[in-house]
Amino acid sequence: MTTVMTGAVNVLLGRRGRHVPWQRAATRLLITAAIVFVLVWIIFLAGNTSNGPAVSAPSDFLKSILNALTISGLYFIVASGFTLVFGLMRTVQMAHGSLFLLAGYFALEYQLDFVGVTATPDRNQVAWADWWLPLVIGVVVVSGLGLFIQQVFLRWNQGQDLRQALITIAISIVLGDQMIQHFGGVAEPITFTHEIHGYVEFIGIRYGIHQFFVIGMALGVGGFLWLLLKKTRTGMVIRAGVDDTPMVQALGINVQKVFAVAFVLGSALAGLGGVIAGSSVTSLSPGVDGQWLLHSLVVVIIGGMGSLGGAAAGSLLYGVVTAFAPAYLPTDYAYYSIIATFVILALVLAMRPYGLFGRPA
Amino acid sequence: MILTRLRGDPGETPGGVGSGDYARNTRKLAAALFVALVLVGVFQAITPGVFRHYFVDVVMTRSLLFGVAAASIVFLSAFGGMISLAQTLMYGVCAFTVGNAVTTGGSKGLNLGWNPWVGVALGIGVTTALGFVMGLIASRSSGLYYLMITLAYGVIGFYFFGQVTVLSGFGGVNQVRAPAFIGEPTDATNPERLFFTVLVVSVVVYLLLRYVSRTPFGLALQGVRDDPVRMNSLGFNVAMHRTWAFTLAAFIASLGGVLYVWEQRAISPTTISLVGILNLLIMAIIGGVLVLEGAWLGAFIYIALENYVRNVVFLNNWIEEARFRTLAGAIVLVLVLACPDGVVGLRKVRGAVTLSLIGAAVWGTVGGLQEGDRGAIAGVIVGAVAGIGAAGLVGWLAGHRDTARGVWSRLLATGRPGQVPARN
Repeated sequence: MTTVMTGAVNVLLGRRGRHVPWQRAATRLLITAAIVFVLVWIIFLAGNTSNGPAVSAPSDFLKSILNALTISGLYFIVASGFTLVFGLMRTVQMAHGSLFLLAGYFALEYQLDFVGVTATPDRNQVAWADWWLPLVIGVVVVSGLGLFIQQVFLRWNQGQDLRQALITIAISIVLGDQMIQHFGGVAEPITFTHEIHGYVEFIGIRYGIHQFFVIGMALGVGGFLWLLLKKTRTGMVIRAGVDDTPMVQALGINVQKVFAVAFVLGSALAGLGGVIAGSSVTSLSPGVDGQWLLHSLVVVIIGGMGSLGGAAAGSLLYGVVTAFAPAYLPTDYAYYSIIATFVILALVLAMRPYGLFGRPA
Repeated sequence: MILTRLRGDPGETPGGVGSGDYARNTRKLAAALFVALVLVGVFQAITPGVFRHYFVDVVMTRSLLFGVAAASIVFLSAFGGMISLAQTLMYGVCAFTVGNAVTTGGSKGLNLGWNPWVGVALGIGVTTALGFVMGLIASRSSGLYYLMITLAYGVIGFYFFGQVTVLSGFGGVNQVRAPAFIGEPTDATNPERLFFTVLVVSVVVYLLLRYVSRTPFGLALQGVRDDPVRMNSLGFNVAMHRTWAFTLAAFIASLGGVLYVWEQRAISPTTISLVGILNLLIMAIIGGVLVLEGAWLGAFIYIALENYVRNVVFLNNWIEEARFRTLAGAIVLVLVLACPDGVVGLRKVRGAVTLSLIGAAVWGTVGGLQEGDRGAIAGVIVGAVAGIGAAGLVGWLAGHRDTARGVWSRLLATGRPGQVPARN
């Protein structure tokens, strides 16, 4: 009896046959089959879905692609800040979503103030400066708050990863609660300046100009970060810090200053994402902070933490999944689209525990 | 006392952590404090009228049932070195399954109308199976990655139950029936039955987790926590140990889910939202995420604060109803900054201050409840003095104050990805 039980325990704990190449091959085969099936489904089958198969409704397919790119762009803006902070400082910024929402609220309040209305303004009332100025204010405010959080709470706990995560969780609780008190629970959107409104037509389907604007902003942020990280001295130090912080410190570089810069940059990206997303894909309400924290987490888990390329790849993959799942699931089951997020997470982690571009630290 | 004989605490690991006296002694203290509180509850339950009913029916019952769920977090972090934020989802999944299985109509969900016990079995089974799958997916990660993956699970689960209207929708499942022996919530004599049920489950869960931590599996799990690379070299399958630990934790959390749905008679996605996830984590942190008994103590402190803090007039004017979460967040912030081991691992000076503040808050609120403002003020003073006294007691009992802190720093230090060797 004991032998049987011990044997069972050994099997359950995988004490035998640890190196099983066929398992890995099977996983690969399964994932390839799943990808092929999804592609075939979208292109040819896709019966009874809201879009229909791509061969018979190409314009809907294009629209989904544009939607995917838009949402990917927003994911990238927000998640690149998250991954930057994590990559350099090993700090999981759990208050990232709170900074996102806070910047949105600040921009909204100032926009209403500038336009001189109390509720959502008509888009023709919103002049150029009525959107850009609140954007700047929102970003500056959360950058300052980010710097405050980093200097007061995180700096002296550097290296204690879990403790920092718990600290930022506590901060996100306080921030979330205070935002409910000050800004209420009603969902409100920010309004784009009137230049960004409007539509272009292509194969009989209208595409919002603001979508191209969002994609452009994301490309701009990506380009800026690439230039910053690869072409400037600060970026060089940041990259060196990601690889080996003590060595950078030993070379006489003020690491604390670099940390502060990175944290401010990360917070600013959260704020930028908050204002743009609040103007385009989401309204500002309690719970949005958690939602966008989830988006950041999924992107960096898929893409690999601390890698800018990983953030881009993760955003693209996750954006495609979130845009295509509701459009290409059978209409009766469209609300199961959240499962697609879980599936993509599971598939990536099954193959690469550190994400697509991640590497063991 | 049986608690003093139980061993296998995380302090007893080689590598300079120390003798484990500190952990053992603070555990003794925490257990004694909490047993005293439970005895107050039992006393009240059998002699109604001495304390307010509310204390047993709501505060103690909820403390114990959230303690069960929080214990699953503490088990994973203390013995497996994994901080899981998916435990709220686990008890939510179980509660939703029970709700869908036993409701007979007039509510969202499948309304299958099955026997409550069948619903319970199904709920526990589904949750444990889901725990296995999720644990397997996350099993090759550790530290911060694990935290983030499990948080993603939790938030995805919230949106799942919110969006899938067949199972729940954002309104949630209502009118969930409990087994006959618990009775209906309207019956005045019945809350005690639920209280004793929850008490029995808590004790069983506690003993089970202590037992598991001393089995070969539990010891290997602690080895995985301390040095996954070495354990891997020794032939232990690190990923499967994490997976089974997560599965066990899901099972424990599902028990909490059953009790929760019996207590509330309803379950909605709001319960498992980010707020709910963080609430459970707060309880585990307050109790100190490395000491099993701390789960129940932390849950009690959180629930007591939540329920009584508004009875203190000067606090109530400052914190309106919804602002309780700001207070909770601030408490966690202070705890994490000042005494990272939670209330069972307080350091001498700062610990005394914190403990006396907590004591003042709890006693003041209880006093305020019983006697009004004067009672509150007296309670605050008594609580502060008692808190300082208790901190002194902790220091005296502990001797090796740095032991538990050492364990905590080890956990923090292992919180880096890359400690786990990639298999193959």
